[in-house]
Amino acid sequence: MLQINNLTGVRGDRLLFESLSFVVNESELLLIKGKNGAGKTSLLRLVCGLASPEAGEILWDGDSITQIRPEYHRLLVYVGHDNGINLDLTVRENLEFHRSLKSSPSKHEIPALLERLGIARYLDVPCRFLSAGQKRRAALAKLGISQARVWLLDEPFNSLDVQVLDTVVELIIQHLEQGGMCLATSHQTIDWGAVRVQEIQLEDPL
Amino acid sequence: MTGAFGALLKRDLTLVARTPGDYTTPVIFFIVCTTLFSFVAGTDSAILKAIGPGVIWVAALLSSMLSLEGFFRNDYEDGTLEQILTAPAPLPLLVLAKTLAHWISAGLPLLLISPILGILMNLDSFSTVVLIVTIAISTPTFSLIGAFGASLVIAQKKAGMLLSLLTLPLCVPILIFSVSAVLAAAEQAPVSGHLLLLSAFFIFALTLAPFATASALRVMLDN
Repeated sequence: MLQINNLTGVRGDRLLFESLSFVVNESELLLIKGKNGAGKTSLLRLVCGLASPEAGEILWDGDSITQIRPEYHRLLVYVGHDNGINLDLTVRENLEFHRSLKSSPSKHEIPALLERLGIARYLDVPCRFLSAGQKRRAALAKLGISQARVWLLDEPFNSLDVQVLDTVVELIIQHLEQGGMCLATSHQTIDWGAVRVQEIQLEDPL
Repeated sequence: MTGAFGALLKRDLTLVARTPGDYTTPVIFFIVCTTLFSFVAGTDSAILKAIGPGVIWVAALLSSMLSLEGFFRNDYEDGTLEQILTAPAPLPLLVLAKTLAHWISAGLPLLLISPILGILMNLDSFSTVVLIVTIAISTPTFSLIGAFGASLVIAQKKAGMLLSLLTLPLCVPILIFSVSAVLAAAEQAPVSGHLLLLSAFFIFALTLAPFATASALRVMLDN
């Protein structure tokens, strides 16, 4: 269970949000909504431990995430605004690197997932030669290779075509059905089916 | 944990092999700079012998500076650094993997070329051996200090000047002891004191720099 208590986020000297509290349980999706500059990315970066909050705390099963950083990072995967894909490496090399980085052993899942995401054909192509959407797919493929329970997705649907968007939505729903949790920022209106969805609306930037 | 260390090392070395241009420039700079000095020193081989160690060492130091700017640059820009910071493995260990990869691509070539440059500078065989030993001990120290410097200027676009300003003062003691070790060797004086001090610098950097770099990275990405 991920618990956020009275979180205050600032960027530079601008206050983004104050006293934000919410709880995300297993099988729950949290959508972070808000205009550009409202602090959606900042909130995700706080939750994944990249940034430290101005005030408030982020707890995983009751422990502060800074106290249990290695364990916490083992069970989360973060797909940020930047893809985290090196352009001089192939898709395969990038994915294998990310798997070793997360020290997750599962190897068999990759091909099926890549097939679904439509990048199986580009496995040995350096990412420099891929389109923006294909790079995004490669970044999202990280989700499938990790056994992370918490998915933190920053604008996951950016530059994806409709077909792949559906696949990613399916992937997220499947993850939630298996007891995972997901925090995502997105501008799209998506039909999440039977999934339990919470929404957080961040206030407009001043 | 060693899995993540090995994976990062392997990845960085693959990248070096794939974009050799970024890493050959400092090596060529090292060779050209030293060779040019041997032209201006004239025909007096005594002068060459006197300035040789200093020239090789200054060239090695400056060449190490050249390769530093790209230390974290790509990883920062494409988001890989965020992934590294959210990996379960200890960050200092991952920093050490990157530092080792940097040394293999930037320090090791200098080490391999230095015997030839020693001969070019008319150093006797014992001095050349001492030169090689000093380079072997000190280039890893440069990489460790350089990683720390590079982590501090990660968000700056053209940070070359600032980076040199930050790291060069930390490298000056190493430069002084390395050159005096080679000069002492030329006079058949004992060199073990110099080498031990250089080793101490290395161990000092090895034990502290990865932690300092890791903390700096966390602070720099905390925005």
